[in-house]
Amino acid sequence: MSTMPAVVAVNTFREAVRDRVLYNLIIFALMMIGGAILVGEISIGVHQMVIVNLGLSAISIFGIIMAIFIGVGLVHKEMEKRTLYSLLAKPIRRWEFLVGKFAGLLLTLLVNTALMTLGLTGALYYVSRTFQRSDVAILVAVYFILLELALITALALFFSCFSSPMLSTLYTLGIYVAGVFAPDIKGVSEYTQSPAMAAGARFVYYLLPNFHNFNVIAAAAHGETIPFTLIWHNTLYAALYVILILVAASAVFSGRNLK
Amino acid sequence: MTNPAIEIQGLTKDYPVGFWRKRMCRSLDYLTLRVEEGETFGFLGPNGAGKTTTMKLLMGLIFPTAGTARVRGRSIEDVRMHREIGYMPEQPYFYDYLTARELLEYFARFFGYSAVERRERVTRFLELVGLTTASDVQLRKFSKGMLQRVGIAQAILHDPQVVFLDEPMSGLDPVGRREVRDIILNLKRQGRTVFFSTHILSDAEMLCDRVGVLVGGKLRGVGAPEELVSMEVLGMEILFEVRAGSAPPTSMAERATHTGNRYRVEVAEADLYSALEELRSCEARILSLAPLRPSLEDYFLKLVGREQAMQPPTEVSLV
Repeated sequence: MSTMPAVVAVNTFREAVRDRVLYNLIIFALMMIGGAILVGEISIGVHQMVIVNLGLSAISIFGIIMAIFIGVGLVHKEMEKRTLYSLLAKPIRRWEFLVGKFAGLLLTLLVNTALMTLGLTGALYYVSRTFQRSDVAILVAVYFILLELALITALALFFSCFSSPMLSTLYTLGIYVAGVFAPDIKGVSEYTQSPAMAAGARFVYYLLPNFHNFNVIAAAAHGETIPFTLIWHNTLYAALYVILILVAASAVFSGRNLK
Repeated sequence: MTNPAIEIQGLTKDYPVGFWRKRMCRSLDYLTLRVEEGETFGFLGPNGAGKTTTMKLLMGLIFPTAGTARVRGRSIEDVRMHREIGYMPEQPYFYDYLTARELLEYFARFFGYSAVERRERVTRFLELVGLTTASDVQLRKFSKGMLQRVGIAQAILHDPQVVFLDEPMSGLDPVGRREVRDIILNLKRQGRTVFFSTHILSDAEMLCDRVGVLVGGKLRGVGAPEELVSMEVLGMEILFEVRAGSAPPTSMAERATHTGNRYRVEVAEADLYSALEELRSCEARILSLAPLRPSLEDYFLKLVGREQAMQPPTEVSLV
């Protein structure tokens, strides 16, 4: 097993830390503290639900912003600044570099998400002074957010291999938004009268990553149990999709002339 | 017959140009070259001649339109080739959030050294390029010359057998240039193959066993500097000093250049003895006497020509 991606991943993580990416945690912490205090003032009996909703939504939004904005520059920045020249002269294959970059950003997002989750649980404990069995759903929701972030990172990395950061941001964001509305796209294929449109909508539905299935924030906020089959399906789905995108990114990047 | 260190066969690179990218521009035209083990090879040429393109092709940073190349018997497409080579790009740029020590540690990890060995190597090579005191400063605070030194350190950190340096003297002050020259000479003494591109012909003349001159993507001449330049004596250069208040011989006064009472004059080889006789008669002190031979620069300029140097790369039809 090649250790090259791990070397690149650690450096990518270090870059994010040195670029003060984790400073967003301060804003998150302030949001959580402010939210907890505000909830204590205005809500009656729904403290927990509001805090969980607020916290998980913030974890998801912060993570998506980071995944897209850092992800689209992962390869492009290295090509633009020509830091890749010295690196690719070392015994590392291009796909190993890509996998390392992906893993490095994922590690950054993992640490960021873990610290935010810690903040959320702290805020929850502050308002309810206890933890309940149903709080496990919050951890499952956080896990789904991580799977979603892995997919977004892979997409951003893929676009970063051949287009500018601005276009990559648009493409990634576009696919994410379309993926969130995946059930509606499927709905079009079921209700339309036109066979051509139905086929087209079905094709788009199966092609796009289905981000809708990763959103269990409402269920977690209501303390509902997340079915194990969904956890299993989502894990497998995200893993396969990420692998496919990384293979495509490697194919594109391996044939690319660096300017 | 032993394997050459570098073997290039018909390497060609075309770039698409224009809005529709349908026209092709030839940057390197059927380059065929062989560099032997232990040789120091200088790659000369004006801007846009294709020197950097050749280096990038050999490093696998860009892909050839045609042709092949092997380094120490391995194809340039084989990642194992990179274990045996070191490369410093032109005007190197590195991760500016790292310190010089961290950058070298990072690159050393790709060669599987243990932590102790990595630390020892990094310290040694930082010292070699004169960056010990700046080793813990972030690279964003480094000058161009300092980045150049980091570039050289990362290229030779793993003791590669073949070292590729793209314009290694560029951006360096005279002290830095001298240090880089010493590093190249040291690599040569250790039996390493050094392939470097340069604009500074005196460096190439001093360091290289052989040079190649590339013009407009085509290799125009290859050989040892002393083979390329004619050994014919063009004249004699005399440096002499006259006593304070005295003047040089009248036959030389118009041609000679001087600083204070020290003079420099060029005379034809046939006129040397009469010139010396005249200098003796006016009690001038001879400081030096040297033959004037064509330099590598003369050869280079003759080959390149001012017009050719200004020519854009050849445009070729789309294949």
